Amino acid sequence: MNWQLLPQFVVTGLLAGGPLALTALGLVLIFKSTYIFNFAQGQLLLLGALFTWWFAVEAGFPLWLSIVLALVFSALLGFGIERFALRPMTGQPLLSIVLMTLGLSQALHGLALLFFGGAQRNFPQIFSAANPYKVTTPFIYNDNPIVIILKQNLVWSFVIAILGVLVIGAFFRYTHAGLAMRGASEDHELAQSIGLRIHRIFGVSWALAGVVATLGGVLLATSSGLDLSLSVVVLAAFPVVLLGGLESIPGTIVGGLLIGLSQGLVSASSLSMIRNTSEIMPYVVLLIVLLIRPEGLFGQKRIERI
Amino acid sequence: MGVPRPAGEFDTTYAYDMATIRRNWQWWLLIAFIVSLYALPFYASQSIVSLVNRIAITVIAIQGLNLLTGYTGQISLGQAAFMTTGGYISALLVNLAGWHFLAALPAAALGAGIVGLLFGLPSLRVKGFYLTMSTLAAQFIIPWFTRNIFPDILNGAQGVNVRVPFMFGIEFNSPQKYIYLSLTALVLTTIAAHNISRSRLGRAFIAIRDHDLAAELLGMNLFKYKLQAFFLAAVYAGIAGALAAHNIRHLNSETFNLNNSVMYLGMLVIGGLGSNLGPFFGAFVVEMLIEFATLFGPFFITLFPATAAGAVQALKPLFFGVTLMLFLIFEPRGLAHRWQLLKTAWRLRPFSH
Repeated sequence: MNWQLLPQFVVTGLLAGGPLALTALGLVLIFKSTYIFNFAQGQLLLLGALFTWWFAVEAGFPLWLSIVLALVFSALLGFGIERFALRPMTGQPLLSIVLMTLGLSQALHGLALLFFGGAQRNFPQIFSAANPYKVTTPFIYNDNPIVIILKQNLVWSFVIAILGVLVIGAFFRYTHAGLAMRGASEDHELAQSIGLRIHRIFGVSWALAGVVATLGGVLLATSSGLDLSLSVVVLAAFPVVLLGGLESIPGTIVGGLLIGLSQGLVSASSLSMIRNTSEIMPYVVLLIVLLIRPEGLFGQKRIERI
Repeated sequence: MGVPRPAGEFDTTYAYDMATIRRNWQWWLLIAFIVSLYALPFYASQSIVSLVNRIAITVIAIQGLNLLTGYTGQISLGQAAFMTTGGYISALLVNLAGWHFLAALPAAALGAGIVGLLFGLPSLRVKGFYLTMSTLAAQFIIPWFTRNIFPDILNGAQGVNVRVPFMFGIEFNSPQKYIYLSLTALVLTTIAAHNISRSRLGRAFIAIRDHDLAAELLGMNLFKYKLQAFFLAAVYAGIAGALAAHNIRHLNSETFNLNNSVMYLGMLVIGGLGSNLGPFFGAFVVEMLIEFATLFGPFFITLFPATAAGAVQALKPLFFGVTLMLFLIFEPRGLAHRWQLLKTAWRLRPFSH
């Protein structure tokens, strides 16, 4: 264990957990109301970032306007996906729905490549890369206090991501639309029988997921650049969702932080073998969760009846 | 099974009732088809031979997936990872230990099967979507191992060069020769898959797929059968992976990736889940789509200048994804079902039933 760098890696890991939590939130949003696990979330994230890039760089709009326009576009995309791809699948078995979102991810990937190309792009910097924050920790190593260097974009991405999760959580908890969505998630037929228009609720969920994905995409692109591999981030968000619990919004924060922390901790190791595990750490955690507590930390345990 | 027959045609013996191929002319047709495939190198161009070779290997992988996903109903996103396992085992046995290819192939199948069992273990506790996630974990963890353990043997991310199989005095170094290996393996795996699917084991798989709780209440050991399904799927993947590795002669952790796993699942759905013809239809149609994308790529470049050289790369996932979605919406039972309907209509002609 590299003790001198440990606090740095722990904090960086935790900060990386913020965008992970936001990405995971998009998955939870859809799962909560529709019982669909969206394998195409990565492509939504990528398209959101590409929309922003296109408006800001190619069309020359100011950044704030490009982000707003991209949010509108991705919300429309979410609506469209629900209407034309997922609604025909209502009532179909799990396999068909899983494959539908997988097929959707392939198709969206192809579309992104077709319209935007696969080149690496310069995404506009939202937070300055210079002047990282320096924090002196109370830990002493070789008589010197350990100083942690925090990049501005990591810190602000984290703050925005956590704020985003909290806002969406509050929306679910305190607004009428949120209440309707929670009601729909309990039982689709029951919700319909008391007059909820569940297809509109599903559409809103998908639109919200598109918005959240775009936010995540912008945050990730501004700190790590924009190319087609951006969608891979979601593969690390799947374990976050399962760890936090598939239906739990607070679970995404806890899960995101824990997964980020686990990656940070193994990165601090002095053995290269253990350091290398940081890329599969989310999936090791996932296997452990599946074996010990499949419903996740805050998920609902379901009882099956014939 | 299940295809209505015209009135007046009865099964007079048990052998006739159980027969897969019922008529003499069907036997002749099948033999003619297989012979025409084996004779392919004599009359077809190299590109067609290598395409058929690739399809044959893909079909083997999908047959395994069909046993696990189509018959047992357990969705697996890890088929490509088990192919990686089989490929590496066979490559190392032939390269380093100097094994005969015919000995390395079953070893690869068995090794992949055991790894498949390991990742099937979560099926003790979880099912459905959660199980899919554990197979997804296999898809990340197995390639990671090939990149990070024994770097002096496995060469890390660079991967290993795989030797060409040398048997019976022939070096299988071109698609024209390799196709005999692939087709022979395909014939054997098809016979095996067909007989598994109509035996006690296959019926147990179907029962689990249709209602696992009911199957358990009937006294079936769910865990045992699910593990057997995982094992069989991984064995098929191991065979396919070993064949593919010796065919392309190079193997690294990205040769069979998550995308391949998704493609195999998609091919299976397009072809028809839980049908032994499904893997053939699916692999053929999707490979044709990809050829089509390659053919039309240059034309699309003029339409979308942004992509330029990447047009082909963009069209492949686009065509595949859209086809898969259309099939899920309009024909979720796949082409095999269409084929059944067509055969029924032909048999009952000129009456509709």
